[in-house]
Amino acid sequence: MSMRRRDFLKLAGFTALAGIGGSVLTGGNGKGRLEAAQAAPGKVTPSGKRLAMVIDMSRLKSESDVKKITDACHRIHNVPYFDNPKNEIKWIWTETFEHAFPGQKHKFLPEGFKSKPFFVLCNHCENPSCVRVCPTQTMFKRADGVVVHDPHRCIGCKYCMAACPYGAISYNLNDPRHAKNLQDYVNPGFPTRAIGVVEKCTFCVERLAKGLKPACAEASNGAIIFGDANDPSSEIGKLLASRFTIRRRPELGEEPNVYYII
Amino acid sequence: MLEAAITGSRRYWIWVSFLLVVIAIGFNSWMREVHLGSGLMTGLSRDVTWGLHVGQLTFFVGVAASAVMVTMPYYLLNYKEFGKIAIMGEFLAVPAVLISMLSVFAIMGQPTRIWNVLLYPTPHSIIFWDLIVLNVYLILNIICGWTVLGAERKGTPPPAWIKPFIILAIIWAPLIHMVTAFIFAGLPGREHWMTSLQAAHFLATAFAAGPSLLIILSLIVRKVSRFDPGSTAIQTLARIAVCALGVHIFFIGLEFFTAFYSRIPGHMHSLQYLYVGLEGHTELVPLMWTSSILAAAAFVLLAVPATRKNEKTLAAAALAVFFSIWIDKGFCFVVSGFIPNHFERITAYWPALNEFFVAAGCWGVGFLVLTILYKIVISVRESSVQGEH
Repeated sequence: MSMRRRDFLKLAGFTALAGIGGSVLTGGNGKGRLEAAQAAPGKVTPSGKRLAMVIDMSRLKSESDVKKITDACHRIHNVPYFDNPKNEIKWIWTETFEHAFPGQKHKFLPEGFKSKPFFVLCNHCENPSCVRVCPTQTMFKRADGVVVHDPHRCIGCKYCMAACPYGAISYNLNDPRHAKNLQDYVNPGFPTRAIGVVEKCTFCVERLAKGLKPACAEASNGAIIFGDANDPSSEIGKLLASRFTIRRRPELGEEPNVYYII
Repeated sequence: MLEAAITGSRRYWIWVSFLLVVIAIGFNSWMREVHLGSGLMTGLSRDVTWGLHVGQLTFFVGVAASAVMVTMPYYLLNYKEFGKIAIMGEFLAVPAVLISMLSVFAIMGQPTRIWNVLLYPTPHSIIFWDLIVLNVYLILNIICGWTVLGAERKGTPPPAWIKPFIILAIIWAPLIHMVTAFIFAGLPGREHWMTSLQAAHFLATAFAAGPSLLIILSLIVRKVSRFDPGSTAIQTLARIAVCALGVHIFFIGLEFFTAFYSRIPGHMHSLQYLYVGLEGHTELVPLMWTSSILAAAAFVLLAVPATRKNEKTLAAAALAVFFSIWIDKGFCFVVSGFIPNHFERITAYWPALNEFFVAAGCWGVGFLVLTILYKIVISVRESSVQGEH
């Protein structure tokens, strides 16, 4: 049965479905993941993990909650601040519902809902188009599924920015080291970038390496839940299995890994 | 043959010096952009990351590819009237590819790292393929043009070994423009670009704009030298241009139908932004209507035999086609793909003065190479004209 399903999925080219179908079919244990990886080449990461994030909107109460989270990220990653929104660099920021989910807006949305700040960031997609288009493999997907970039290799062609349907990538139009906030404070534990390269959220790979959560999740007071979605016993695995979640533009087949509980 | 380029009239040297000055200004402006940053020196933004230069790439790859419209009839279909103009097509392709490559090079934030594209070859990236096909096409056209002209100078038929290269260049020409279209046509979430019509539409605009430019160049060459590419050849080019222009206009209609009959917002937005404005933003509307009117006028002038055969109206029509498509494909097409952005916000773009200078520098290099190559062609042809008498 599993063979036939697998073959069918391969033939049909339903690769996106296969990633989910495969893991549902075989359960979440180690052996099962291998099976799933065979069922859908490339759809489950080589490590068997699928690092993901759930943003629980009900737990974001105030402006200061929001600011604490963006500041935590931007401060430790030396993200430069420029006044002019045209030159902005941002790794995580907020948009109102109608801008974060333009396809979902309608005029009868509850009043309080319209002004809710939805966090947007890199979705660390299963099928990242930024990785597909990058001519130098500056953008790449790690074994654990995190999409990262090498600022030393980037030629600054901005093709990834044209390709990302989530507007998650920023480009250093100005020299980031001249930004006023970086004149005042630089985190010595994280590199600053050069002019003319792109940058984006990395799910805090430098913190993951130390066994820490991403900075936004840590600063969020439980509003941002991070972990391995493929592990049903993990906090995020349980949450995804029990609560209804939505993602931004799922119809594009990028398979974004940031989920929202509205 | 190159020696012909270093002897010339006063007029020739004034023109070459002018181009050198333009190139110097362009280079200086580009250095400013690289060092001071595109935040200060361009109109680009986080939302509109590609602008004038990527438009130039798109447009001039088309001009380069259009050489096939003279080489294929002449070399493959044995259309003798293009005997004198085939080399002009090939030698127009060379500077057109150069302008394209310089324009795409100009957008790089870290130009010194350009070799990373070859150091880490990435077959799943279209830009990687674009670099390959453009370079191969450049080399093919230099080899073919140079060899055929060299044989002509000696009064011998072209050597047999060149034939496979000529055929390869003919096959390669549409390829370069298809790859350029694929840069845009495969991006999820960019509805304005993501249409399977894109490559075909690019080829249609290319085969209208390229032959139009060749008509203008032929008329100039005829005026400044004793070499005449031939009225029949020019008329055939005009017929090619009007057919391609008709297909281009037809394709625009198809885009409108799909977008506005389906009423899918993502498909309508960019077209609305271009032709009527979106949420009060009308930055590109005057340009697009200029382009549309020029295209319609040129179509009439080229389709009516009387105005096509009159060289004054022919020249006007050819200029109209060239600028119409330049505005559409060389500028508005790229910019409107970014508008609105993925958050349905509108960030307008208009090139800064510095960007125009950089683009002018790229054009300058192109025109300098074009001038040198055409000068060589003309001197070879003039000496053979003398020989006949």
